[in-house]
Amino acid sequence: MDKFAVDGSSAKVASSCMMSGAQILVESLRRENVDLMFGYPGGAVLPLYDALYQCGIRHVLTRHEQGAIHMAEGYARVTGRPGVVIATSGPGATNLVTGLADAMMDSLPIVAITGQVSTEVIGTDAFQETSIIGISTPITKHNYQVRHVDELSQVIRESFHIASTGRPGPVLIDIPKNVAVSLGRLDDGGPLSLPGYQPNLEPNLLQLKRIIEGLAEAERPLLLVGAGVLHAKAHRELLQFAEVYQLPVVSTLLGLGAFPGTHPQFLGMAGMHGSYAANQALYETDFLINIGSRFDDRLTGNVRHFAPNATIVHIDIDPAEIGKNIRTHIPVVADAKRALMGLLRMGQEVKDFAQWKERVYGNKREFPFWYVPEADIIKPQAVLQQLYKLTDGDAIVVTDVGQHQMWAAQFYTFQNPDCWVTSGGLGTMGFGLPAAIGAQFGKPDKTVLAVLGDAGFQMTLQELSVVVEAKLPIKMMIVNNGSLGMVRQWQELFYNERYSESLLVSQPDYVKLADAYGIPAYRVEKASELSRVLLAAVEEPGPVLVDCRVAALENVYPMIAPGKGLHEMVGVVPL
Amino acid sequence: MNRILSVLVNNRAGVLHRVTALFLRKGFNIQNITVGSTELENQSRMTIVLSETDEVTVEQVMKQLHKQIDVLKVSDLTEEPIVARELVLLQVNSPLNSRSTLITLIDPFRARILDVGRDTVMIEAVGKPEKVDALIALLRPYGILQLARTGVTALTRDSQTTQEIARLMRSNALNL
Repeated sequence: MDKFAVDGSSAKVASSCMMSGAQILVESLRRENVDLMFGYPGGAVLPLYDALYQCGIRHVLTRHEQGAIHMAEGYARVTGRPGVVIATSGPGATNLVTGLADAMMDSLPIVAITGQVSTEVIGTDAFQETSIIGISTPITKHNYQVRHVDELSQVIRESFHIASTGRPGPVLIDIPKNVAVSLGRLDDGGPLSLPGYQPNLEPNLLQLKRIIEGLAEAERPLLLVGAGVLHAKAHRELLQFAEVYQLPVVSTLLGLGAFPGTHPQFLGMAGMHGSYAANQALYETDFLINIGSRFDDRLTGNVRHFAPNATIVHIDIDPAEIGKNIRTHIPVVADAKRALMGLLRMGQEVKDFAQWKERVYGNKREFPFWYVPEADIIKPQAVLQQLYKLTDGDAIVVTDVGQHQMWAAQFYTFQNPDCWVTSGGLGTMGFGLPAAIGAQFGKPDKTVLAVLGDAGFQMTLQELSVVVEAKLPIKMMIVNNGSLGMVRQWQELFYNERYSESLLVSQPDYVKLADAYGIPAYRVEKASELSRVLLAAVEEPGPVLVDCRVAALENVYPMIAPGKGLHEMVGVVPL
Repeated sequence: MNRILSVLVNNRAGVLHRVTALFLRKGFNIQNITVGSTELENQSRMTIVLSETDEVTVEQVMKQLHKQIDVLKVSDLTEEPIVARELVLLQVNSPLNSRSTLITLIDPFRARILDVGRDTVMIEAVGKPEKVDALIALLRPYGILQLARTGVTALTRDSQTTQEIARLMRSNALNL
C-alpha cells in the first residue's frame, strides 16, 4: 500500500484499488489539493497518522488542538481555501470546539477530521470516547460520522464542497478507528448529489432594479460592507460600484479591507467602537445597502435606533440572515460579487448627493479616531499607528480579542482585502497567536503582525514552538496593560471601578519567555523608544516578540454603551 | 395561532437531532413533532407544530431548517388546504354500570374501545387536534388514568380538488 504514498498522480491509479480508510483519506485530501494541515495525534487517529507519515502533505504539529484549529482559521481567512485540521477522539475533539464555534460565527471554511473509537464500541463509554457529532452539531455547518469505509471518500468530497461554497463554514468528519483500517475504494469523483444544499448565487434581477430605482430616489444613501464581500472576492466590483454611484462606505469589523481604508469615500468601521462618522451615517441614512454583513449586535447597537429612517437593502448569500436582526425592504439572496456585477450592468444616471456627502465627509474630517499622547507613557493606540506606518499598511494584521483588537481596527488602516484576521463573532481570546501562525503559513511572503493582549497571549502561547520549528517570521506585539483590558474598561464604566479578577497580578517576563523558545524579544516601556524598537522588530528577518508596556488604564473610545443607539456615542472628540 | 410545518428530510441517523438541536439553539418552541417514513425509502417527513408564533419567527424557523443539509423541503401548511390528523389513546374510569353511557358519549367522535377491564376502558380516537381536545375534555370528568397523544401529522390535499372547490366557490358567489 505504501507505493501510493508519494506519487502525486496516484489518485487515478488508486481509484480502482482497495485501500485502507486512512489511505483513502490521504488520497481524498490530495484530490482536494490540500498541501497543509494542522493537527495533533492520539490513539484513535494512529491509523490516519500512519498514512500521513511521509505522504507529501505537510502536517504542522501544534501544541494543543485549539491551536491547530485557530491556525486553520487564520490560513483559511488569508487564502480563501479550506483550512484542514485533524485531532484524535475525546479530548482531542473537544479541544476543537472553541475553534469550530469561532469558524461558524465568522463563516470560515474549515474541514475538521476527528478520530473516533471503533464502531463496535461506540456508546460504551470507551476510552477517549465522546459524541463529537452531538457536541458539534450546533457549531458546524454540517458534520458526518463515517460508519463504513466506502462512504469515506464521498463524505470528504462533500465536506470540502459544503465548507467552501455558499456561506462558508466548518464541517467535521468523525472517523471511527476501525473505518480507518478497513479496506475500501475511492469513489469515482463524479458529481455530488446534495439536493438539500443548493446555495443560491445569482441575484434576482427585479430586486436589483429596485435597488437602482431606490438609489435614484435616495437623498442620503450609504453602503455597509461586511466579510461577505471578502469571501466572494468582490472587492473590485465593490470599489467600482461605490465610485460610480459616489456612495459613502462604512465597514463592519470583519469587513475591513474589503474597501480601501484610505479611500475618500470610506467613513471607517461602524459599531460599538466604530468611527463617529460611520455610526452617524448609519443613523441618518435613508437608503442603506448592506452587502455581506449580518447586522451583528456589536454593529447595530440598539436595533430600534439602527438606520431608523432608511429603506434597507440586504444582499446576503445566506437567506436566513435576511430579516433576522433588522427589518429588510429589499432582500437579495446572492453571492456578493454576482450581485454587484448585476448592479453595475444596470446603468443609471448618477445622482449628486452633495449635501449628504458634505455632511458625512465633514464628520469624517472633524471626528477622527483620537487619543492623547503622553510624554513618557506608551499609548496603546500609538503602537498600532506606528506599526501601520512601519509596514506601509501592507502587513497582514492578526489580533486576539479585546482592547488591542479594537485599537488595531481603528488605527491600522487596511488598504487591501484578506489582510485582517480577527475573531469577530465569537470573540475568542487565545485566537491571535495561532491564527497568525496559520496566516503566515498561508502567505509566507507577507509580513504578519500578531497584535496580542497580554492575557489572550497567555491562553495559547504554547504555539510559540510552532513559530520556531517552522521558522515563521511573525512579528508578535504584546500590547501589555497588565489586565484583561476590555473587561477592566467595562468594570470601570459600568461596575463602579470594581476590578473583579481583571487585573493580572503577576506576569511572566515575556523577553525571557521568548528567549526560552529561542525567539529574539524586546521590551519597550518609554514612548520615546517605541518607534526605534518597533522598527528593529519589523526589520528582524525571523520571528520576534515585543513586550510593549502601555498605559494600563487606557480605554477604547469612542463607544456605544450596551443598549444604546448609534447616535448615542460617548468619547467623541472633535479634532 | 398554531403553525404547522411539514419538513421533508433525508432518512439518516441524527437528522432528528439536528432539527431539535436547531430549535434549542435558536430558542424556538415546539408544541409537537412527529417523524415517520414517506413514499420514498430515503426520505422522512417531520410534521412540526409551533405554538403562538409570529410571522418573523416562523420565517426564521423555516430558513434555519432550510440551511440544514439534510433538510430537503420545508412547507408552512398553516394556510394550506390540508388533512391533519392526530391519534390519542385514553384509559378512562368506566364502572360497568355506566359503561354504556360512555360508549354513547364517544360514538360521535368515531372513537373505538380497544381494551376493556373491570373498571376501565381504553379508547382510541383519530382526528384533528381540536377534535381530540374536545374528546379529552368530555372524558375528563370520568377520570382519565392514562393518556397518550401522537402529535399531528399532515398532508396537503389534492391540488386539483382544491382548485375545483375554489372555482365553484367563485362561480357560486353572487354578483351584487
